[in-house]
Amino acid sequence: MWTGRMAEVTHALLQGAQSGVELSIGLISVIAFWMGLMNVAEQARLVQALARLLRPVGRFLFPSVPADHPAMGAILANMSANLLGLGNAATPLGLKAMQELQKLNSNRETASDAMCTLLAVNTASITLIPTTVIAVRMQYQSHDPTAIVGTTILATAIGTAVAIILDRIFRALSHRREKRCKQ
Amino acid sequence: MQTVIGNLSTWLLPLLVAFVLVTGYFRNVPIYQSFVNGAKGGFGTSVRLIPHLVAMMVAVSVFRASGAMDFLVTALYPVLHWLHMPAQVAPLGLLRPISSVGALALMTDIFHQYGPDSWLGQLASTMQAASDTTLYIITVYFGSVGIHRIRYALKVGLLSDLASIIGSLIAVVLLFGPMPHS
Repeated sequence: MWTGRMAEVTHALLQGAQSGVELSIGLISVIAFWMGLMNVAEQARLVQALARLLRPVGRFLFPSVPADHPAMGAILANMSANLLGLGNAATPLGLKAMQELQKLNSNRETASDAMCTLLAVNTASITLIPTTVIAVRMQYQSHDPTAIVGTTILATAIGTAVAIILDRIFRALSHRREKRCKQ
Repeated sequence: MQTVIGNLSTWLLPLLVAFVLVTGYFRNVPIYQSFVNGAKGGFGTSVRLIPHLVAMMVAVSVFRASGAMDFLVTALYPVLHWLHMPAQVAPLGLLRPISSVGALALMTDIFHQYGPDSWLGQLASTMQAASDTTLYIITVYFGSVGIHRIRYALKVGLLSDLASIIGSLIAVVLLFGPMPHS
C-alpha cells in the first residue's frame, strides 16, 4: 500500500509457505541421524559419565545446594544433556532439578539463588554440535556445513561465561539490598 | 586461533560419532538396534515442525518483501553501527530469545539472499546456534514449580543472549575475517 510492493508480498506469502515445507522435509536426514546417535549415547550412559566429570563445576556454581542432594544430581544431568546437544532429554532433567530445588527453597513463590543460576546456565548453554543449523546449511548447498561448529563453541563459551558472571553480580546485589531492607 | 577453530569444526563431528559408537560398543549397547530406535523419532520430529515453519517462513517472507524489515533495520542502524553489528542480522538477534523457529526462518532468509557460505551466512548460522529461546525456558522452568517472583533471572538471560550474539560476531571475525565490503 505505502511501499507499493503488494505484488511482491503476494509472491512472498506463497513462496514462504513452500520454503517452510521444503525446509521441514529437508531436516529429516540430519535429525534422524542425530537422534539415532544420541540414543546410543544415552544407552551407553554418557550423560551419567559426563555428570560425574562436571561435579566440581556444580559445586562451584551451586554453593547453596548440598553435594549429595538429589537436586545436584538432576542439575548435573541437565547440564550434561545440554552439553551433548540432547535437547529432548535436557528439559525433563531441568524440570526435575527445579522440583528438587523447590524443596530446598525457603519461599515457594520466589526464585532461589540456585534456581536463577540453573536458568542462567540453561539459557546460555555451551553447544558442541548445532544439528538443526547444520541441516539447514546442507539444504542450502553449503560447501562446508560444519564450518560453524568452531565459531558456535567459541560464541557459546563467551555467552556462558558472561551468564555466570552476571548471575554472581546480580546475586550479590540482591543480597545486599535484602540486608539493607532488614536493617 | 583461526586454525584451532577451523580444525575443531572439521574434526569434532566425526570424533564425537566415533567416540559414541566406541563407548556404546564397550558398554554392550546393541548399537544398530539402539540407533534405529532413536532415528525413528526423526521423521515425526521434522514433520511436526511443518506447521510452525510454514507460519514463520510466511511471516518472515512478507516482513521482508513488504519493506517492513528495511524500515526496522534503518531505525536500528545507530545502535548497530556502534556495536559493529551488520544490520542484516539484527532481526535475527531480536527474534532469537522469543522464537527459535522464527529465528530459524530469518536465518534461511539470509541463506536465500547471500548463501550459507557467505560471511553473513556464517554469522547468521552462528547466532542461531549459539543462543537459546530464553523467554520460553524461563516460562517453562519457573512455571513448572509455580514461582511467580523470578528476581533477576530474565535480566541475566537476555543480557547473556546479547553476549552470545556479540560472541558470535567475535568468533566469525576471528575465523572468517572482518565483514567484506560488497
